[in-house]
Amino acid sequence: MRGWRAIPTMLRVGLAEAVAYRAEMIVWVLATTMPLIMLVVWTAIAEVAPVQGLQGTWSSKRFVAYFLSVFIVRQLISAWAAWQINYEVRQGVLSMRLLRPIHPVISYLVENVAYMPSRLFITVPIAVVLVLSGGAEHLSHRPLIWVAWLVSLLGGWLVAFFANCAIGALSLFIDSSVKVMDVWLAGFFVFSGYLFPVDLFPPWLRVISEWLPFRSQIGLPVELMTGAHDDGELWGLLARQWGWAAFFMALTFFLWDRGIRRFQAFGG
Amino acid sequence: MTAAIHVKGLKKSYRVHKRPPGIAAALRSVFHRTYSEVAAVDGIEFDIEAGARVGFLGPNGAGKTTTLKMLAGLLHPSAGELSVDGHLPQRREAEYLKKIMLVMGQKQQLIWDLPPEETFELNRAIYEVPRDVYERRMKELADLLELGDLVQRPTRQLSLGERMKCELAAALVHGPKVLFLDEPTIGLDVSMQVVIRDFVKRYNERTGATLILTSHYMDDVAALCPRVIVIDKGKLSYDGALDELVKKVRPEKRLTLRFSKPVAREDLEPFGAVVKHDAAQATLQLKQDSVNDVVGRALKTLPVMDLTVMDPPLEEVMSELFSRSRASQKPAASEEGEW
Repeated sequence: MRGWRAIPTMLRVGLAEAVAYRAEMIVWVLATTMPLIMLVVWTAIAEVAPVQGLQGTWSSKRFVAYFLSVFIVRQLISAWAAWQINYEVRQGVLSMRLLRPIHPVISYLVENVAYMPSRLFITVPIAVVLVLSGGAEHLSHRPLIWVAWLVSLLGGWLVAFFANCAIGALSLFIDSSVKVMDVWLAGFFVFSGYLFPVDLFPPWLRVISEWLPFRSQIGLPVELMTGAHDDGELWGLLARQWGWAAFFMALTFFLWDRGIRRFQAFGG
Repeated sequence: MTAAIHVKGLKKSYRVHKRPPGIAAALRSVFHRTYSEVAAVDGIEFDIEAGARVGFLGPNGAGKTTTLKMLAGLLHPSAGELSVDGHLPQRREAEYLKKIMLVMGQKQQLIWDLPPEETFELNRAIYEVPRDVYERRMKELADLLELGDLVQRPTRQLSLGERMKCELAAALVHGPKVLFLDEPTIGLDVSMQVVIRDFVKRYNERTGATLILTSHYMDDVAALCPRVIVIDKGKLSYDGALDELVKKVRPEKRLTLRFSKPVAREDLEPFGAVVKHDAAQATLQLKQDSVNDVVGRALKTLPVMDLTVMDPPLEEVMSELFSRSRASQKPAASEEGEW
């Protein structure tokens, strides 16, 4: 990979930029509080009557553990490259990125990763709340599962990032792909486990969700945290997730290499 | 010297969706779209030697910036040959990108919320410039551009001129062999234009970098570019020395006379075409071979205090060149905007 030696400096400068945008960071966090709202809704429902899922009953404590985990995972798999690429293509700002001897997708990747430490300011306190709130009893206690969780977190981020890039690269063909991203987000909200656990889906919807990429982003890491899977199904789920990551990565580079020939470098 | 840049039969066209204004047309365009092919660059050719300073001139939408963007590898040509220092720009190989830089007056690479030195450091890493070379080069650039503590202030707090100085420094961190400058002085005040112009000229002289410039400020072109390439409607209409272009388009000279007492316009008309006149000053347009004769007669018969003989302003020369060029081209030729 060309320019790999530049990555530590890119990460450092990216982090400096992330810290400079303090207000934006807070707004971003406010925009991702949906799991906390769903936590309130679902715990209220569970207190009225137990909620039955495929893998047993969902108590209010189990919902607390689930949605705090969702919040943490959501922060750590965040990617926004689709909007960034759309903006840069339409405004011609992409020109400045293309002049540098590093693949633009790599520079988007490093910029997205560079924001990660600033996310820890939010996720660490939430993780503490998760443990202290009694949600810990619904978390997995097996070291292997936590190793698998780290792998699934990286896989989930790769799916999110490369899906963003692939959709962003579509803007090189169709001028703006923001609406395509909206469609993707609609699927994400329904099938990822972000608004409700996939375990509560009717069986036919659950089958569909297993064959879509959305669950790879949120559902799988959260299900591993909350001990929803045994060793037998673990590797198959991870393989499917990483399969999606590889697919979106290949799709990104395919679309990018063809789309960049159509770039019109507006402005200037 | 070898040709650093070779361009032959270069074309770039775009497919553009067109529709008339109004809601009905907007709705119709959902179901049926009309496209037209727009030729932004239409078969131009030239060679530029290493170390040369060349100005691209042309009216808005002429194809100058499109040509520059193809040379920088941002746009893929529709047809023709193109090579820069032995590379095909559109391949955007890392080795090629390390040799060039495009500075656009209306686009910036500086990171908005961070001090410019963060962008310099980022470029050092991306272009893999050794630390000692980087430090020496940045010191030179800081001296030449008088950057001082500008580099430590957030970019958003810099004035346009200060930002452009930092943009140039950021663009030169890797010591490009070929520098493309697209309107580098746009929006700057006159003194800052002079600073940028002087810097660019000194950079070219010190490093031997090839320099291609587009600018609407004719002073930039006159100060920097011994050779100009005029592009109009995507076609090359002149390639040669700037002073030859002036002689070719406007062979006349301008004689400006200052008088010790008012002189009537009618008294001036026998000397030549009166371009400008007020009571105590007048500017006449003369044929080149009649300048000596007219000056001699004016000194004898008019109350002349002072006089100057100059070429017509470059803006006028260009304006005349473009209007001639448009008149000679077919009306059905390309239609375009600034790309």
